[in-house]
Amino acid sequence: MSESKTLGVSLISGILFGTGLVISGMTDPTKVIGFLDLLNGWDPTLAFVLAGATGSHMLARPLLVKKFPENVASGVEKKVEVDRQLMMGAAIFGIGWGLGGYCPGPAVTATIPALGSTLIFVIAMLAGMFAFKWNQNRME
Amino acid sequence: MITLDEALIALGGGVLIGTSASVLLAFNGRVAGISGIIGGLFYAKEGDVRWRLIFVAGMIAAGLALASSMPEAFTTLDRPTWTIILSGLLVGIGTRMGNGCTSGHGVCGLARFSKRSFYAVCTFLGTGILTATIVGQILGGVA
Repeated sequence: MSESKTLGVSLISGILFGTGLVISGMTDPTKVIGFLDLLNGWDPTLAFVLAGATGSHMLARPLLVKKFPENVASGVEKKVEVDRQLMMGAAIFGIGWGLGGYCPGPAVTATIPALGSTLIFVIAMLAGMFAFKWNQNRME
Repeated sequence: MITLDEALIALGGGVLIGTSASVLLAFNGRVAGISGIIGGLFYAKEGDVRWRLIFVAGMIAAGLALASSMPEAFTTLDRPTWTIILSGLLVGIGTRMGNGCTSGHGVCGLARFSKRSFYAVCTFLGTGILTATIVGQILGGVA
């Protein structure tokens, strides 16, 4: 596939993703924390978003595997074992998510409209991603 | 709690996210994991940068397009700045160490019944719930 087609697919996919996040309320960190905080008036919205997103992708997968076997095979993570790094990383991510109410997608989508603390979050997140990669390269 | 309409809208928004993941995997052979797409920009290989930037631009464009019609979707958290900075750092480091976030593990990984993603999702949901609940008791709720 030509590069312009690849980029067009990326653009459409990014727009769909961002639109889905905004419509479903995930760009509002108070809704996310409202789901994760069990003792301050629980907000189940996030569960419906995850059900819609994971469920629809799960239903589409058999068709994708049949029609685009090479792309599906090349895209997914090759590693299968559950290791310390996976569990540590997920645990650290969860703490940050529960503290600020943002995961990477919603934060980036909301950066310009929200500014303020959202922009601060995104800068800190990029710094964290860079720091991890930098340290990883240094260790190799 | 939320109304049926709000639940259906959330479900519909989720379907858009799932469709985005299907489109990206089918045509580009890429997983719609946002932390991976963004994190991959650091020390990226030649020719592996533009599709990532364009995807992020698409997300930002969607946010901008909906900003005036749905301002309530862009509420910010009224919490001390140091908690926001700490939160960002932990999300950045954790998602790269654990090779994925809510989208990569939660949407794409769970949809293909990946064992790694199942463990990751249970873990970050667990520590997320624990953190939000404890912090909510100290600093008060946000809703």
